[in-house]
Amino acid sequence: MSEHKPKPEELAQVEFAPSPRGWMDPTVEFRKGTWCYSAVPETLEYLGLPNPRRWQPTDHDWKLPDNWREIIVHGLRERLRKYRSLQVFMDTCVRCGACADKCHFFIGSGDPKNMPVVRAELLRSVYRNDFTTAGRILGKLAGGRELTIDVLKEWFYYFYQCTECRRCSVFCPYGIDTAEITMMARELMSLVGLNIEWICTPMSNCYRTGNHLGVQPHGFKDSIEFAVDELEEITGVRVNAPINRKGAEILFITPSADYFASPHYYTLLGYLALFHEIGLDYTWSSYASEGGNFGLFHSAEMVKRLNAKMYAEARRLGVKWILGGECGHMWRVIHQYMGTMNGPADFLEVPRSPITGTEFVHAASTKMVHISEFTADLIKHGRLKLDPSRNDHWRTTFHDSCNPARAMGLLEEPRYIIKSVCNHFFEMPENTIREQTFCCGSGAGLGTDENMEMRLRGGLPRANAVQFVHDRHDVNLLLCMCAIDKATLTPLLEYWVPGVDVGGVHEMVGNALVMKGEKERTTDLRGQPYPAKEDSRNV
Amino acid sequence: MSILVSLFAVIALVVLSIAGASVLGWQYILGVVLPYAAMATFVIGVVYRVIRWARSPVPFRIPTTCGQQKSLSWIKSSRLDNPHTLAGVIGRMVLEVLFFRSLFRNTRAELRSGPRLVYGPDKWLWAGGLAFHWSFLIIFIRHFKYFVEPVPSWILGLQGLDGFFQVGLPVLLLTDLIILTALSFLLLRRVFDPKLRYMSLPADYFALFLLLAIALSGVYVRYFGKIDISNVKELATGLLSLHPVLPDGVGTAFYVHLFLVSALLAYFPFSKLMHMGGVFLSPTRNLANTNRRRRHVNPWDYPVAVHTYDEYEDEFRDRMKDAGMPVERE
Ligand code: SF4
Ligand code: SF4
Repeated sequence: MSEHKPKPEELAQVEFAPSPRGWMDPTVEFRKGTWCYSAVPETLEYLGLPNPRRWQPTDHDWKLPDNWREIIVHGLRERLRKYRSLQVFMDTCVRCGACADKCHFFIGSGDPKNMPVVRAELLRSVYRNDFTTAGRILGKLAGGRELTIDVLKEWFYYFYQCTECRRCSVFCPYGIDTAEITMMARELMSLVGLNIEWICTPMSNCYRTGNHLGVQPHGFKDSIEFAVDELEEITGVRVNAPINRKGAEILFITPSADYFASPHYYTLLGYLALFHEIGLDYTWSSYASEGGNFGLFHSAEMVKRLNAKMYAEARRLGVKWILGGECGHMWRVIHQYMGTMNGPADFLEVPRSPITGTEFVHAASTKMVHISEFTADLIKHGRLKLDPSRNDHWRTTFHDSCNPARAMGLLEEPRYIIKSVCNHFFEMPENTIREQTFCCGSGAGLGTDENMEMRLRGGLPRANAVQFVHDRHDVNLLLCMCAIDKATLTPLLEYWVPGVDVGGVHEMVGNALVMKGEKERTTDLRGQPYPAKEDSRNV
Repeated sequence: MSILVSLFAVIALVVLSIAGASVLGWQYILGVVLPYAAMATFVIGVVYRVIRWARSPVPFRIPTTCGQQKSLSWIKSSRLDNPHTLAGVIGRMVLEVLFFRSLFRNTRAELRSGPRLVYGPDKWLWAGGLAFHWSFLIIFIRHFKYFVEPVPSWILGLQGLDGFFQVGLPVLLLTDLIILTALSFLLLRRVFDPKLRYMSLPADYFALFLLLAIALSGVYVRYFGKIDISNVKELATGLLSLHPVLPDGVGTAFYVHLFLVSALLAYFPFSKLMHMGGVFLSPTRNLANTNRRRRHVNPWDYPVAVHTYDEYEDEFRDRMKDAGMPVERE
């Protein structure tokens, strides 16, 4: 990691320092560690997005098209007509301040423009100036600001300091969702060619190869087969992991990090073990080899373009329904957008567990079930033989990812699973879990290394809650169900709470799962040796 | 700055109406013309704004879920905070509109040394907001007594309840006390909380000052103005029946009050006070979380460019075949 990273004690000295000039002054300083690199032209070209060119936010000249202002104002007008959310959110905020200290970036940075209300005002002020009577007549007095290049630069800085986590929206008396406003602002910026690298490269990879990492079909097959070998080494059971198999009952889609990154990988081993043990008739797909969708951090149109492959592949392979792995923003897309954008999925059947017979009627239209819903149902019906003591070396807590918590309400399923497969589970303080959960600080495409200081700041509230259970209950493993979390909570905890690892829910399932014909397990899925068997028997 | 601009704006309104009523002889303008104009602006403006909101569709179903979803039969779902039925949505909205449920959740985060983040409950804003809105509503309803004859007994009952403590003459009404306290609190927190002061616009102070001025002038008229209620009633019913009459002896203070109310009405549709309507139309609150159960249709949906399986296979076919993966076309 970069040498510019301050020590935790320094970073924790957060001061609220509003500029005496007020928020209407758009000056921002692009300080190293607090912003993300711009997208390279190749990715924009591949995706057919406007104004591909080389530039960086620290450049004086951002090489915008001459009529950038008209493009944005026109884009705003169009979106006001298309989205009631935007129109209502532009008009109803009363600046009551209830959302102000709910944002992890404000808590961790003290920067007043990271208060959700002020973040929204950055766009709202332009709306007032150009679209309201009062703003047109009174200008600044009515809170209107003209869209200048400085305002645009300020947008870029602050709308890429929002992880679209929706925590602010829980507390707003009108449900104003700053994430929604950030999404609109990012769309507008993209119209004139302002995009970040960490979002656009995964998007163009995903468009081409089916996954963010750009893994090609044979590479995908290799990774899955490698995992199968590894699982055999640990459990002695050789599982079957079919890819692109037509006529399977279920298509399984998960984020690509699961088969390429650590600690995600152990969760993948958990899936493989589970599917084998219950004899699931399923297939992987190399074309739909990504559940995540970085389009969500860019524009509605990119969401739709990238997500189309899920139904297309389900249709091609002739499956009955789709099962989805552990991911946060992937599930925001599947739950809130996919049916509308890529549906109707009437060529699929209402999902039904082939093991328990449970009909997942709550997914009757979208036809996609979350793996934790699926597994919780299996456990409830007693279809899994579990030995939770195999997780006794872990003292666990659970991080609700923003999207499953605040865009689905998937709260109990993972907890039920964890409590069934782990003997030691402790909740973090109530203001930091469930619908009030704190973001990892790196979601919505901000999880890149050059942005590390901001990530560590934004992750402070989450890390601090982990610290609490670490101190009080010796918690040493933070469980989560999100690929971005698994990737970004790891350095976050290394920094703020050394001694706590990050893991996935189905990693715990895989550890606890007693498989037919397995050998005695001497290590967990991470390959960490268990203490000698006698010891664990005697406890 | 913001605060002074707004204060002076409201003072100017007060001075203008005092001068108009006492020196310039603007009784007809203040008592008839402006109330009608304000009322018309209010109605047309509010209808226009609501139509404008309603005209924009809701392309996606995006409720903010604040509780457990409805999924497996044995998991208890949160019917109000994550509604999956119409009744649940109505319940959520009623609690939101009448009792400010989201504000009730409010907490205060504080970063202490350590670092240690602590959260405390913070119900002041909720209490202040609720006190203001409810007392405003009751006062508003109380005013019906000036417009109808005979006064319905429930309004008298309400007023009786309001003056429950029977202090003073005329009897002190609790809501008058509450609204002044609540407005002062809302104003003071804006001034003294640095976060609030930073985010506040002139419009935020203006609304508070105007409401305070209306409340104060109303209090003055009721408790100190010693005006003849029957005259006020004559004016009010006259306005309502579209046969305006200007009775004598309603006094300058009353005209100030009426003028400020007219100003509020006319200002309303152009201001953040429209949150009164917006709260009903917020897509994060007024939709059921039935996203995967029922398909939501986007009226402006359009086809987009996608990377099809065939294109994908065309690019990678050889490598797929080498790896022994099935392909559609050889
Ligand atoms: S809580 Fe809602 S109304 Fe209050 S300041 Fe924040 S966005 Fe505005
Ligand atoms: S959505 Fe999350 S990151 Fe964005 S302003 Fe709200 S609380 Fe902050």
